[in-house]
Amino acid sequence: MQFPLLSFIVFTPMLAGLLILLIPGERKTEIRVAALAAGAFALALSLWAYFAYDVAAGGYQFVERYNWLPALGISYYVGIDGMNAPLVLLTGVVMFTGVLISWGIDDRPREFFAFLFILATGVFGVFVALDLFMLFFFYEIAVFPMYLLISIWGWKVTREYAAMKLTLYLFIGSVIALVGALAMYFTSGLGTFDMLALEQAGFSTAFQRVVFPFVFFGFAVLGGIFPFHNWSPDGHVAAPTAVSMFHAGVLMKLGAFAALRVGIMLLPEGARFHMPWIILLTLVNVVYGAFIASVQTDFKYVIGFSSVSHMGLVAMGFATLSREGMLGAGIQMFSHGVMTALFFAVVGMVYDQAHTREIPQLGGFRKFMPVVAVAFIVGGLVSMGMPGFSGFVAEFPIFMGLWNAKPSWLWANYTWVAIIAAISIVITASYIIRIIGKVFFGQPPAEFDGHIHDVNVLDKVALVFLSTIMIAIGVFPRLIVPLVQSGVDNVLRLLGGA
Amino acid sequence: MSLNPSMFIPVLPQILLLALGIVILFLDVLLPREQHRYLGWVAAVGMVVIMLAILPFMPQEQFQLTWGGMVRFDWMSYTFWMLFLFGAAVTALLAMDYPELGERGSFYLLLIASTIGMMFMASAGDLVMLYLSIETVSIPLYILAGFFVRSDESTEAGFKYLLFGAMTSAILLYGFSLLYGFSGTTDLHQIVLGIVQGKVSLPLAFTSMMLVLVGLSFKVSVVPFHFWAPDVYQGAPTPVAGFLSTASKAAGFAVLIRILFIVFPILGNQWAIVLAALSVATMTLGNLVALAQRNIKRLLAYSSIAHAGYILIGVVSGFSELGMVSVVYYLVAYLMTNLAAFGIVSAFGRVAGSDDMTAYYGLSRRSPGLALAMLVAFLSLAGMPPFAGFVAKVFIFAAAVGVGQIWLAVVGVLNSIIGLYYYLTVMKYVYLYRSENDDQPVPLSGSFKLALGVLVAGIVVIGVLFSPWFNWASVAARSMFF
Amino acid sequence: MDFILNNLLTLILFTPVLAAVILILLPREQDNLVRWTAFVLSFIPLILSVVLWFNFDPNAPGFQFSQKVVWYSAINSSYHVGVDGISLTMVLLTTLLTPLAILASFSITDRVKTYMVLFFLLEMGMLGVFVMLDLLLFFVFWEFGLVPMYFLINQWGSEKGEREVWRGRVIPARVYASIKFMIYTMAGSLGLLLAIQMIGAVSGTFDIPELFQRWTSLDGTLFGLPIGVVKAIAFWAFAIAFAIKVPVWPFHTWLPDAHTEAPTAGSMILAGVLLKLGAYGFLRLVLPLYPVEAKYYAGALGFLAVMAIIFGALASYGQDDFKRLVAYSSVNHMGFVVLGIAAAAFTYGATDPAVKQSANIALNGAVLQMFNHGLSAAGMFFLVGVIYERTHTRNLNDFGGLFPLIPVYGGILIFTSMASLGLPGLNGFISEFLVVRGAWPIFTLYTALAMIGLFFTGAYILKGIKQVLHGPLNEHWVGHVSEINRRELFVITPLMVLMLWIGVWPAWILDVINKAVAMVFNLI
Repeated sequence: MQFPLLSFIVFTPMLAGLLILLIPGERKTEIRVAALAAGAFALALSLWAYFAYDVAAGGYQFVERYNWLPALGISYYVGIDGMNAPLVLLTGVVMFTGVLISWGIDDRPREFFAFLFILATGVFGVFVALDLFMLFFFYEIAVFPMYLLISIWGWKVTREYAAMKLTLYLFIGSVIALVGALAMYFTSGLGTFDMLALEQAGFSTAFQRVVFPFVFFGFAVLGGIFPFHNWSPDGHVAAPTAVSMFHAGVLMKLGAFAALRVGIMLLPEGARFHMPWIILLTLVNVVYGAFIASVQTDFKYVIGFSSVSHMGLVAMGFATLSREGMLGAGIQMFSHGVMTALFFAVVGMVYDQAHTREIPQLGGFRKFMPVVAVAFIVGGLVSMGMPGFSGFVAEFPIFMGLWNAKPSWLWANYTWVAIIAAISIVITASYIIRIIGKVFFGQPPAEFDGHIHDVNVLDKVALVFLSTIMIAIGVFPRLIVPLVQSGVDNVLRLLGGA
Repeated sequence: MSLNPSMFIPVLPQILLLALGIVILFLDVLLPREQHRYLGWVAAVGMVVIMLAILPFMPQEQFQLTWGGMVRFDWMSYTFWMLFLFGAAVTALLAMDYPELGERGSFYLLLIASTIGMMFMASAGDLVMLYLSIETVSIPLYILAGFFVRSDESTEAGFKYLLFGAMTSAILLYGFSLLYGFSGTTDLHQIVLGIVQGKVSLPLAFTSMMLVLVGLSFKVSVVPFHFWAPDVYQGAPTPVAGFLSTASKAAGFAVLIRILFIVFPILGNQWAIVLAALSVATMTLGNLVALAQRNIKRLLAYSSIAHAGYILIGVVSGFSELGMVSVVYYLVAYLMTNLAAFGIVSAFGRVAGSDDMTAYYGLSRRSPGLALAMLVAFLSLAGMPPFAGFVAKVFIFAAAVGVGQIWLAVVGVLNSIIGLYYYLTVMKYVYLYRSENDDQPVPLSGSFKLALGVLVAGIVVIGVLFSPWFNWASVAARSMFF
Repeated sequence: MDFILNNLLTLILFTPVLAAVILILLPREQDNLVRWTAFVLSFIPLILSVVLWFNFDPNAPGFQFSQKVVWYSAINSSYHVGVDGISLTMVLLTTLLTPLAILASFSITDRVKTYMVLFFLLEMGMLGVFVMLDLLLFFVFWEFGLVPMYFLINQWGSEKGEREVWRGRVIPARVYASIKFMIYTMAGSLGLLLAIQMIGAVSGTFDIPELFQRWTSLDGTLFGLPIGVVKAIAFWAFAIAFAIKVPVWPFHTWLPDAHTEAPTAGSMILAGVLLKLGAYGFLRLVLPLYPVEAKYYAGALGFLAVMAIIFGALASYGQDDFKRLVAYSSVNHMGFVVLGIAAAAFTYGATDPAVKQSANIALNGAVLQMFNHGLSAAGMFFLVGVIYERTHTRNLNDFGGLFPLIPVYGGILIFTSMASLGLPGLNGFISEFLVVRGAWPIFTLYTALAMIGLFFTGAYILKGIKQVLHGPLNEHWVGHVSEINRRELFVITPLMVLMLWIGVWPAWILDVINKAVAMVFNLI
């Protein structure tokens, strides 16, 4: 029997979280060290899974399957393919860096890390799940720690409201998707939740068209799709730094990924029918999100809305149902995850020192924390899709997908989508430049003198790590492209070679 | 009718419980006053021993009618016995910390008496048996609810419970009498023949069914017969409230299922509609009113009303095997979870001297362990994995979707969202808010820790390793139809 | 040695990155160490490109020193580099100007390390554009070059000056200029990006030599439009992006701000190399990919070029700021490049050998003008920087009669100005003459108008010289203005040598250019 790598990945955080709960609450240093060790271990395992995946062979690898409830055809069934392998790695990366930059949390760190790790288990579980029930099971596990993490350790002003809003939105989405999934289960008549079997179930066209919106939107809520996006900026802003990183970095991908795996892959005909109009929503996401981001004055809200915009591109890539679009969406999930994790880390570091996030009141952080400034600039360049960084590698194929998309019943071509969506690039560039100019290069207010200190070495390690990933992918796309490509091929096969 | 040893198996636990009661009665007299607390251990351990003792006597797949058709012994009743025994044992442990509860032998006796009644309810095969057992359950519970005679609230609760109970008992009895009057028999399995053969006209059968439903709706606190629940839960001693909301409710559902599926299967479409309507009303009202509560026991009361509504979804889908299984599974999960919730409330309420939500501010700082247990219990109530409540809800909704009642599943889903809101609100108080007592730890007794530990472990185990429990529930469900 | 020859372009492209990495590892405080290291390292690309120059075979057709490695498999994009005579010239120009610019930057004292790192990244960005034969990577480097330039202007630009933006908000002029530079270029790039995506999606490849075949041979309809319309739209997307960069009137307004506010070395590179990127784009991409559209719209392009020549010269004449004067002169000079290109584009499909020859001459002139302007503009900006460092003013009215105080500087300024003016015997004359000669039979009217522009060129150059060097001595500067120093002489001397050399004996470079131009025509 092969080493159960994926199970180790999934349950490492959970076990670590439980172990951390056993450490007495006062021994904060031990707690942090334990958390860091767990984070590093999970990262190492996910790196292993990522690089050990055999792209040439394709398909699902590291598969493990155990009966969970044979009576209903529920099994613990995990495996990775090209689509989720990067996301597993992303989760490992964000978890590790999240722990690094959370070193300073002083209020009940034990509970903080425990909840964070339970969340991580949920996320890992969803990404590797090949069983529909299991996917929901872990999906919900990923949702509820969020509530506590935001409401307890979040920003005092909005945390209660934002945490509740976020949790309810996501829960509503997931339960609606659950009903759709149950309908699939019964309609298939296969008596199994095995997604690979359900892919072959041959649902009728009418059924797929009816069920698809429920499943897709149920999950896409978490992916921040318009008009169900508005939990996300509030949630991002209210969350403590590591949680924002997790949230925007990984959790939103959870939604997009689940929408792909359950929505598009199981109901391809439904996807073909609905995606042509859904692409309009994603277009709104992309452009409107960028526009709203550009008029915010709160640093964190800018980033929050920029996530809405970028996740819109992911959904748009999926909505093209084309090879390039899907590929770009897959890469964008990874790239945006890393980028936004970095952004939120930076925002947190700035806020910790300045105690304000109002952009007009900030300035001069280049002098105070040069590494942070450089990291933010790298992130900013990724964000505006600057060539040479991962954002370009991701966004370019999405646009290619729009040019290449097959005619659908609604539109003859998608060129206009590409042209309109391109506006967001300019808007994004404008607000990123504005922030860089003001926050990092602007004149620091007088009261900052002597009160702002550089970040510690752990923070720097985290930032450099994240920046390196983005540059590496930007310069060497082959680190990720063939992998995602193999995953996309699988999706396209289900879509009938569309 | 001649006696043979095998006839005692279907009443074995009741007999053993009776023996346990007698032991406690003696110990109550013999033990010195300061050691009365140990009566709780005796009761709890005794009940666990009984659970172990009846393990070898599992029923056959085919049900057995003994004692002249009075007792029906099948997997369903066996399952419920286990539930009741477990619930009662935990309640005994939880009650030990209350001096005026746990140090009085009469409390345990009443608890045992009512448990015996429940076990007969679950295995009743005859109207007379059914009614007697219901009263055997109710009367001790009336007393238990009003056990704190020095507290006005408790007395009021006991009295209120009595009044409502007596009235609905009367209605139930009226329904029974109609059934008996027209079919000429009290044996459930004969009555159904009477209905099928036309001895009882369908409108009449429907009328009597509705009367019976009213009576049982009171037991399981279904809207609009739920009014007693919040007041009684609030006033009654908290462990008793926990027992009322779990074991007693489970017993009510046991009878409800029995009657509906044995006596009125022919009216299946009719009662499905009625129950679906009741279910929607119960879930929605329970959840909406729970939103406004400021007293944790009232909140749990309304939440338990709402949970009755979810279970009814399963009952509505009960003609499919999954439906029946989901009801049983849900009851198991719910029993564990709600007992844990009430257990925490009882332990903390005793220390804090209040059941107001404000008392819970900053609980996580006073007692991280208790807070974590509460988190588990409340998330399980809300239906979050990896806790029992999640799978239970999924099964219920799956059952509804499976029989084509998608709308009912959707209503249930929407309701669980409302539920999530108020459960999380409580958790917010526990984790986020602060009080001036932040630094005072909450003392917890060993018995309480044991009970809570078992419950939390149970919640997680049922929520993660569901296959064995599901199979057990399937066996129980199948036994309904043989 | 084989290794070097086999990977020559890759080495040239990435040694600047290597240099940047080495610089990052140096201690922050030791400014001098950083400066000298940067200067020494900047010679590596230069030496390599000299090697490239001598190993380049002007008579061989096609691209040389090609290397092709898969870069982005999923969308068929490869790391494909190669040079022909045009790009070779540009590579040489870039690697030549970089050490000079670095040397000119020795007066920078603020964050020297970061400055030098950005400079190397900028060099890499520009080199990448010139050597890339993959459309996607061409764009990658095209965009990437913006970033270091933005920061160079934004952070190390002139510290004085403010600009009012909307609602009365006042921001430093360098911030204004850098943002304007960024927004203009990015806005232009946006259309380019979309067009590149479209071409890639339609053709299934980004390889430029392949696209020359595939894209031009497309017919039928695309996206519900006739192919001609699609191509015309794509043509303008390309043309506008490049026109902004060149810049062609009326897209030039970012240029005076950016040039004026940039640090001296930044201006040198900006005028010397960055502007050539636009012209290079026209040559490498627009003409071969859109011959029909280019011919169709050549008149419009020629008109814009003439406008650039005339208005650039007039605007330049109107300036009181020395640096702005030089900045506008770039608009003027680059106009000739575009005029040459437009003239060549117009002859597509012509069979008359005389016309073909004229076009050939015009294009030769355009390419040479790119190189020449790189030399003279860099020189001019440097000289402006030299005087500014001593006087801290750029206002022409504040100078006056400085020749006696700083005769060597004065001589150099006059020499460089004359090269810029187009004095026969210096380089500017050769290229402008070629352009005018070539364009005359094709765009007679435009060329005639351009000659008027040339007249104003003389006017503003002379105005600059007069205001600075001649006239009554401004007593204020006596004792305050020192002579050009040795380091500065090292910067300007190579430029002057090249100006003279090309002016006297242009064949060595024209030979290389001419063959490449002929190939461009073969493609068209």
